[in-house]
Amino acid sequence: MRAFDYTRAESLDQAAAALDPAASVIAGGTNLLDLMKLQVMTPERVVDITRLPGLDAIEPEGEGLRLGALVRNSDLAADPRIRARYPLLSRALLSGASGQIRNKATTGGNLLQRTRCPYFYDPAMACSKREPGAGCAAQGGVGRMLAIFGTSDACLAAHPSDMAVALRALDAEVEVRSRDGGLRRLALDELYRLPGDRPDLETTLAADDLITAVILPAPVAGSVQAYRKLRDRASYAFALVSVAAVIRMDQGRIGQAALAFGGVAPRPWRDAGLEAMLHGKTPDEALFREVAQRLTADPAPNPDTEFKRPLLRRTLVAVLREATGLAQPSIGTDATKDAA
Amino acid sequence: MQTTLTVNGHTRSVDHDPRTTLLDALRDSLRLTGTKKGCDHGQCGACTVLVNGRRINACLTLAAMHDGDEITTIEGLGEPGALSPLQQAFVSCDGYQCGFCTSGQIMSATGMLEELARGDPSHASPDLAQVSADDAEIAERMSGNLCRCAAYPFIREAISLGAKGERS
Repeated sequence: MRAFDYTRAESLDQAAAALDPAASVIAGGTNLLDLMKLQVMTPERVVDITRLPGLDAIEPEGEGLRLGALVRNSDLAADPRIRARYPLLSRALLSGASGQIRNKATTGGNLLQRTRCPYFYDPAMACSKREPGAGCAAQGGVGRMLAIFGTSDACLAAHPSDMAVALRALDAEVEVRSRDGGLRRLALDELYRLPGDRPDLETTLAADDLITAVILPAPVAGSVQAYRKLRDRASYAFALVSVAAVIRMDQGRIGQAALAFGGVAPRPWRDAGLEAMLHGKTPDEALFREVAQRLTADPAPNPDTEFKRPLLRRTLVAVLREATGLAQPSIGTDATKDAA
Repeated sequence: MQTTLTVNGHTRSVDHDPRTTLLDALRDSLRLTGTKKGCDHGQCGACTVLVNGRRINACLTLAAMHDGDEITTIEGLGEPGALSPLQQAFVSCDGYQCGFCTSGQIMSATGMLEELARGDPSHASPDLAQVSADDAEIAERMSGNLCRCAAYPFIREAISLGAKGERS
């Protein structure tokens, strides 16, 4: 690890004042310290925000919930309100990392974790995310973990978070505090940038912005929620593909559908066109296959990830079958309940 | 810089570089070498300790972030003649081969059984509202601890046995 100055922030103002492009926030630290040991990240200053008051609570917000940025992943997954009303979020969190990591990792940090692209992780390889303009060794390289949607010539990296995929399907917003103390709310598609020719710019946040909370709107009443994750081993591995779904049936037809996909894009992937294909329709295997076909219409940018297209199709069809009642639900598909 | 930790019930002061992880502070400064350094990247779980009662990877956190925290290491769990139920269960079930991962396994299982007792769900829980301590649950909840000797069947048996002891 390169040498750095450590500062423990006592207030949000103090934290923001200490932040600039050469500084990093540390909360759980489970991803940052890993990257610092490999010298993929070399901040000159590390600002510890874990002692800031008021950021570790889950509180009612209108008909929904406000999740403090410092709430631990394990506490969020186990919260009775999340388990009952947003089971998809519990499932996504529990499918990620290990028990030890979830006890440390935070809501804000999970959103801002870096890609696990092996070329980003290896400082000897060309990577425009690490070094703007350096090129992308993943183009023509090997890698089962690369993205198939939303990539560019400069970057094939996938976003690694499971939690963020659930939040995308749940229409969550991220509360951001700017240095002057002003608060704004961003949908996840407003938080995350697509790589284009600047994959080093992953979010729209300024260096001295701080994520203070995630806001969950009221859950879709009477919905079935599902999170299914496919990976190379049964536990403690990142997604090859994942599917998050919120489906509300209305008299035998699909009343409402929200779908988000993980392991396949630089940010949680959502396509309103797919959802429109499902609205008002009677659940049907052929319809599900048509939707899945449309999602994966384009070839993968790297031949190594071609397998993700049929894998994602089959996973989406399986999730839709269970969430619409065509098949018995398996582990990971849950009916929402009223608040516990 | 100076950090004060409560380690296994004793207040200890550590003078360290900002880069020092909690793991290095325990092993190198406090000479508590029961906590092992395996991968040093949070993948193997050999460095698992309890911080304020929760299991974490000591390699993925800075000592400086734990000023005032209570740390429990394998040395604080029990000692020869007065083993914790889980320590005794690992002996009874032969839950190891080379032993390098064992302290991490036992510390992780100690924290994990607390999580089970609280009713926290896991990826293997069919119902998020109700959890049990069956083999699938134990395997899933212990996936952050690797054993390169692959002594997993006996480790799982030891944890099942220890779970009964912890409850009694």
